[in-house]
Amino acid sequence: LATRGVPIVRLDPEHLSRLQFAWVVGWHILLPAFTVGLASFIAFLEGAYALTKRPVFLHLSQFWLKIFAVSFGMGVVTGIVMPFQFGTNWSRLSDAAGNIISPLLAYEGLTAFFLEATFLGVLLFGRKLVPPSMHFVAAVLVAVGTLSSSFWILATNSWMQTPAGYQVIDGRFFPKDWFEIVFSPSFPFRLAHTVSAFYVTTAFVVLGVGAYTVRRGQFVPEGRMMLRLALWFLAIFVPLQIVLGDMHGLNTLAHQPAKLAAMEGLWDGGNGVPASVIGWPDQTAERNIVEIAIPHVGSLYLTHSWNGAVKGLKDFPPDQRPPVVIVYFAFRIMVGVALLMLTVVVTGFVLMARGQLDQTRWYLRLCQITTCLGFIAVIAGWTTTEVGRQPWTVYGLMRTADSVSPSLTGPNVLLSLLLYIAVYLMIYPVGLTLMLRLVWRGPVPTDEAVPIGGGRPKSAIDALPAINPTASPNVETAT
Amino acid sequence: MNPSLSLVPIWTAILAIGVFLYVALDGFDLGVGMLYNFAPDRRARDLVMNSIAPIWDGNETWLILGSVGLLAAFPVAFAIIIPAVYFPILLMLLALIFRGLAFEFRYRDAEHRTFWDHGFAVGSALAAFAQGVVLGAFIQGFQVEGRQFVGGSFDCFTPFSIFTGIALMFGYALLGAGWLVIKTEGPLQDWARGLGRYCLIGVTLAVAVVSLWTPYVDANIAARWFSWPNIVFLAPVPLITVALVWYAWRSLNDQSEYAPFLAALGLFVMSYLGIAISLWPMIVPGHFTLDQAAASQSTQAFLLIGTLVLLPTILLYTAWSYWVFRGKVRADIGYH
Repeated sequence: LATRGVPIVRLDPEHLSRLQFAWVVGWHILLPAFTVGLASFIAFLEGAYALTKRPVFLHLSQFWLKIFAVSFGMGVVTGIVMPFQFGTNWSRLSDAAGNIISPLLAYEGLTAFFLEATFLGVLLFGRKLVPPSMHFVAAVLVAVGTLSSSFWILATNSWMQTPAGYQVIDGRFFPKDWFEIVFSPSFPFRLAHTVSAFYVTTAFVVLGVGAYTVRRGQFVPEGRMMLRLALWFLAIFVPLQIVLGDMHGLNTLAHQPAKLAAMEGLWDGGNGVPASVIGWPDQTAERNIVEIAIPHVGSLYLTHSWNGAVKGLKDFPPDQRPPVVIVYFAFRIMVGVALLMLTVVVTGFVLMARGQLDQTRWYLRLCQITTCLGFIAVIAGWTTTEVGRQPWTVYGLMRTADSVSPSLTGPNVLLSLLLYIAVYLMIYPVGLTLMLRLVWRGPVPTDEAVPIGGGRPKSAIDALPAINPTASPNVETAT
Repeated sequence: MNPSLSLVPIWTAILAIGVFLYVALDGFDLGVGMLYNFAPDRRARDLVMNSIAPIWDGNETWLILGSVGLLAAFPVAFAIIIPAVYFPILLMLLALIFRGLAFEFRYRDAEHRTFWDHGFAVGSALAAFAQGVVLGAFIQGFQVEGRQFVGGSFDCFTPFSIFTGIALMFGYALLGAGWLVIKTEGPLQDWARGLGRYCLIGVTLAVAVVSLWTPYVDANIAARWFSWPNIVFLAPVPLITVALVWYAWRSLNDQSEYAPFLAALGLFVMSYLGIAISLWPMIVPGHFTLDQAAASQSTQAFLLIGTLVLLPTILLYTAWSYWVFRGKVRADIGYH
């Protein structure tokens, strides 16, 4: 495999630390990919209920809030792992780039994490304790928190991808212009493309759950509402996302040409380069094996000109090229998923226009299957951008190999990696199962005005008669 | 910028307050987690968990602020300390995963409730232990070359750091017991007072042993405390600590509702002060002072502008959320 350019696993701290980072961030990113959109959706539902007083919005908000609680909890505990990785495994990067990236990470905590955590407590537990308007404000603030978190963490990532506004003194990075640091060249595109991806991911989940709810024939008003909200939303955001992706790609061409060449599988640069549709890039032979390519089309969509100049991988020394196969295929998976999404949305719209949306069972089943599309696209896109920026942590300036903590040995990192693998393989299936159960139960209306008897409020699984009937059930009515 | 106008003291204060708020706030909810499995029955366990369910997440957020704040204010200290405590940090993170998930999972995953109950209690205990090990290792110091830690990943486990790990478990449990006295009533409150007494005995022994052991770890620390005239100026620290122990014991045995928690908090303030006096002005003991490890002036200034606005705001709305969930814990405010 090594000869084909796929990095093999070696028992050295750098490779294992990279695998560990990929493992913990890969699982973590699935949760913000869902909760950033879901927080905004819940705020929307709470607002819609406050304005219209239609019960369907309240039922949906209560329903999604339970799913949000599970996924957000998982996002929090897997998220706390992340900042520590900078110290445990990448201490040389922390020392070299700490003066620049640390305020961005700190601002994420100050503007996002406290806001989310505190007001989620009010959102989940405070419906009876605070006025309805305050409850809605709490929903909005949680959503604002998730977006602020995306802003700062992507500002950090973007600076490492396209560093700007810095100076290097004794091998360390020092700030020169904070505006340039926060708004580094790739940041606006990365932020728009990522947040839009998160929204689309959530909308596909809502679409799938709505389809399931309608198909099952229970809670039909809620199901129909979910289907329609999701379809209208996706009709705007899927095309928008494709346009944003193209813009982000052009930005990559300008600032990370080696990454772009790997995405395209383009070895020989020049004028009028072909577009590789599918093939197998061979890193050692520096060419693509069994490839289907269309002449000139690469230049056409990358430079918007028939003979535009594009750099190829051979324009960069071999030790400055990313692992091409991974980037090449991750990019194709992302684009393929985008086209599939577009098909699903267009089909849904045609059916909705004909008034057949709720009766077309094959389409509802299709929507259930495509629930996970957004997650696949997010992971593929993240792999494209993160593997594509190798071998650098700070692009073009600091190598990944020079970033790892010097004290770590291979067995140290192997042990921690195996523990992370074991724990994540245990908690993710449980979390997924619990969320699926909530979906199977459906948006059961719960009357918030009626206090629930002793013990912790019941869930369906747990709805046995009062745990201890003699214990005073707290029956004072909500004020 | 005027170089004499150093921001290091301000950042030292902010970080010190941030870390203390973490220790105090997540301290009590980790403590509640440790005591959780000793609760008499399931209804009691439900109430115990409910007493922290709306606020634990906000409390744990101070951990992120502490770690990222260290990176921001003293990057080289972060780059040395965190890899040096690689395995305690790993243990803490994995333990926090189980304990954090237990809040949701023990309700939704009824077949495995016992597992998540243990996950909550053991996770809380291991997280507290791991933090205590980090503290002990930090006091002992690290093997440093240039700007990096060069020792082994298991160097941090010493008899001293294992002991500080156990000590912190007792400390957090005492805070947790104090919190439960505030939030519960009747037999459950009596139960919390009873456990609090055991915890206080443990804390008292631990503080005494650590106070006597620390000077042996480092001759500089011994000189700081026992040389003349320091010994006179610093004498109030142990004296107030002794008074607080007495006050805590008394309040656990009478009807005071807030006093046990406040006394426990007071003990933490004194211990914190004791460690700060021992190590000042080092942030990496033996290698980097606060000034030497400080981030660039521009970094400190850029973050300070926002922090001066955001931190008071955070404290305000955190206080508001505690006020919303004030009073004795109720069983009927959930969303499940």
